[in-house]
Amino acid sequence: MAREKMRIDDDSLREQILSKADIKRARRQEKKLKKFGIRDESKMGKVERFFYLQQKKRRIKRKKRISRSLGGDIALFIVLALFGSFSAYPLIYTIFAAFKPLNELFIYPPRLFVQNPTLDNFTDLIMLMEESWVPFSRYFFNTIFITLAGTVGHVLIASMAAYPLAKHKFPGSKLLFALVVYSLMFAPQVTATPSYIIFSTIGLIDSPWAIIIPAFSSSLGLYLMKQFMSDIPMELIESAKIDGANEFQIYWRVVMPLVKPAWLTLIILLFQRLWNNDGGTYIYSEQLKPLSYALHQIVNAGVGRAGTASAVILIMMIVPISVFILSQTQIIETMAHSGMK
Amino acid sequence: MKFSPTLYVLLMILFASASFFIITKINQKKKQFASKYPNLSRSERLERMKQERLEFAQAKKEMRKAIKIKKQEWKEEDKRNDEIARANVLALKAEVEESKAVFEKVKAEYFADKENPELEALYLDTMKKHDRLCQKLRIEKDRISLIRRIERWSKRGGRLRRELFIKRQYYYLVTPYALLFVIFTVIPVAMSLILSFTYFNLLEFPTWVGWENYMRLFVDDKVFIIAIRNTLILAIITGPLSYLSAFVFAWLINELRPRLRAFMTLIFYAPSISGNVYLVWKLIFSSDMYGYANAFLLNYNFIDEPILWLQNPKYIIWIIMLVQLWLSLGVSFLAFIAGLQSVNRELYEAGAIDGIKNRWQELWFITLPQMKSQLMFGAVMQITSSLAIAEVATQLAGFPSIEYAGHTIITHLMDYGSLRMEMGYASSIATILFFMMIGANLLVRKVLRRVGS
Repeated sequence: MAREKMRIDDDSLREQILSKADIKRARRQEKKLKKFGIRDESKMGKVERFFYLQQKKRRIKRKKRISRSLGGDIALFIVLALFGSFSAYPLIYTIFAAFKPLNELFIYPPRLFVQNPTLDNFTDLIMLMEESWVPFSRYFFNTIFITLAGTVGHVLIASMAAYPLAKHKFPGSKLLFALVVYSLMFAPQVTATPSYIIFSTIGLIDSPWAIIIPAFSSSLGLYLMKQFMSDIPMELIESAKIDGANEFQIYWRVVMPLVKPAWLTLIILLFQRLWNNDGGTYIYSEQLKPLSYALHQIVNAGVGRAGTASAVILIMMIVPISVFILSQTQIIETMAHSGMK
Repeated sequence: MKFSPTLYVLLMILFASASFFIITKINQKKKQFASKYPNLSRSERLERMKQERLEFAQAKKEMRKAIKIKKQEWKEEDKRNDEIARANVLALKAEVEESKAVFEKVKAEYFADKENPELEALYLDTMKKHDRLCQKLRIEKDRISLIRRIERWSKRGGRLRRELFIKRQYYYLVTPYALLFVIFTVIPVAMSLILSFTYFNLLEFPTWVGWENYMRLFVDDKVFIIAIRNTLILAIITGPLSYLSAFVFAWLINELRPRLRAFMTLIFYAPSISGNVYLVWKLIFSSDMYGYANAFLLNYNFIDEPILWLQNPKYIIWIIMLVQLWLSLGVSFLAFIAGLQSVNRELYEAGAIDGIKNRWQELWFITLPQMKSQLMFGAVMQITSSLAIAEVATQLAGFPSIEYAGHTIITHLMDYGSLRMEMGYASSIATILFFMMIGANLLVRKVLRRVGS
């Protein structure tokens, strides 16, 4: 609104009528409106309105809170700062250690911050890549392949199964979901032994697929997806059905665009799991091992490789964290639906 | 498979339970009958019962006969219809080919001379006819297609069969996931239950040994007792503590402004997401004086010589615990943050009017009851992860660790499962862990459910 007004007035008029303070206030108003994003609801389509209303609900919630004391606020700040620094200390240490020259890594007393930052550790890493028996880029490629294939497949397959489980009833649906909830209750390591037998009978041992295919059926992903999907209005699905779409088309064209926050969550959860997977007992060929395995080797090499190790740790750390930073609000939106009864 | 006493006992139990089931069923029927005819004497009632049973059996027999006849009829009818449809398809195919030839000819003529209105009319006419024929063929083809046959079959049975057919599209969508889930989760659990009663080394066929694996676990295997003790210590301390800290930090963060809140969320969540960064703790707790912990203590004169943190069994488990706590603000933490954000704000205002004075009262009376489902989810995630501590232990304390100080059930399982290849024994360890996890989860769920009410 403010923008329209300003556009209509020509420059001379604006100078006469509006003082500088007025213009500033108008700009601030405009910014606020932009941030809040109030738009005309009647002109929107069904899908757009659904999203818009959700967003609006979330934004309006942010009001000033009541029954708070100043002492409590200060205590809160202190506690958060204390535990936050405990949580962040190793991460900060890693970041700085990656840029420390060797003499600073082994200095007494050790310092957290770096004095003379160098890129020596990274150049060492590149040297090591060229010298080692299996080229280092191969480890990178393996990890990226496992992570990408596993994540994409998991998001597709889990959301495909989650849609009918969330929005329709059919014989067996309750049983399947109950099994999924029960499988959340034990760690996957429990089934490691029989899984090994199954893999060796199928012939998946010593191939990246031994890690990728089980990742497709991760139960946490399906659970979160299903909980998120059950909030989609049924009218949307029904109107698509009346327009002649079959279930697959509804899933792909209507439901999938609506649950974007949920995919991002599945992506980050699985991404982190696969990115850090070291192949375990399923992969034993050196050229098929992922990066995490190489990292363990370097760290276990001891003092001589301390700098290189921290460079690799930094690389391993930065990727999942940046994925999380990019998708944080969406992930939290998904988690709001994670409740269990 | 040898005929061992344990098998004998199992069979006995099976037989006893089956007979018990049957007897209770019969008693139930008798009671039903008594309430149905309260005026008759016992003998009369028994006679009546017998008679009714006979009638029922007769009716069943007749029904079966009728069904058989009907099925035969259907079969013949289907055969007839299929033959007719097939003949139709063949005839139509020939017709379509003929009309196609005609249509092509007309088309070529029309394209040669596009200005001629007569040719245009003829072209449109033949096109319409051809299309209609093609559609007819399609319909006839559909009539003999596989899906129609399955539909016919689905109509001639119970309700379930029909439902399965009508909702088939949902099954298409669920099948890939369900298949993988069954292969990689359901079957392994069942297999590990069965294998735990056998001796299996991957090379020979498994032999049945009964309860021997379990006996060996609890009587002979001293390391397993250590592993159970370590796991329980780790789980009992890190589980509740991490659960509480996840909630408390989520709650504290929720008081901040959005920007700062996002930043703090990142700081607390980053350790669990960045995976291998916990290897840094190895450097912090390294046993020479260059390690941070030692350097700090030496610098302020708490100790005179460096402590061997990761080699001394006294410290190992506490260090694992610390690192695990550092790693533990994971999915449940995010769920709590999201849950706190979705609490209805109007309730806080209403509460303030009703006399809630500080944030503690607000937390107890308004926030917690509304977050019950997230609390449940968080509990499940936290229990599972705290009972499954393994990787941190093996990476920090080594495998096997000194005096088994960092040995947990999962590392014991890995030892037998992937190093010694005693699959049966490993399965029995896995089975015990499985029941421990499920039991702890169900227990905590029951307790949590009761808290609010």
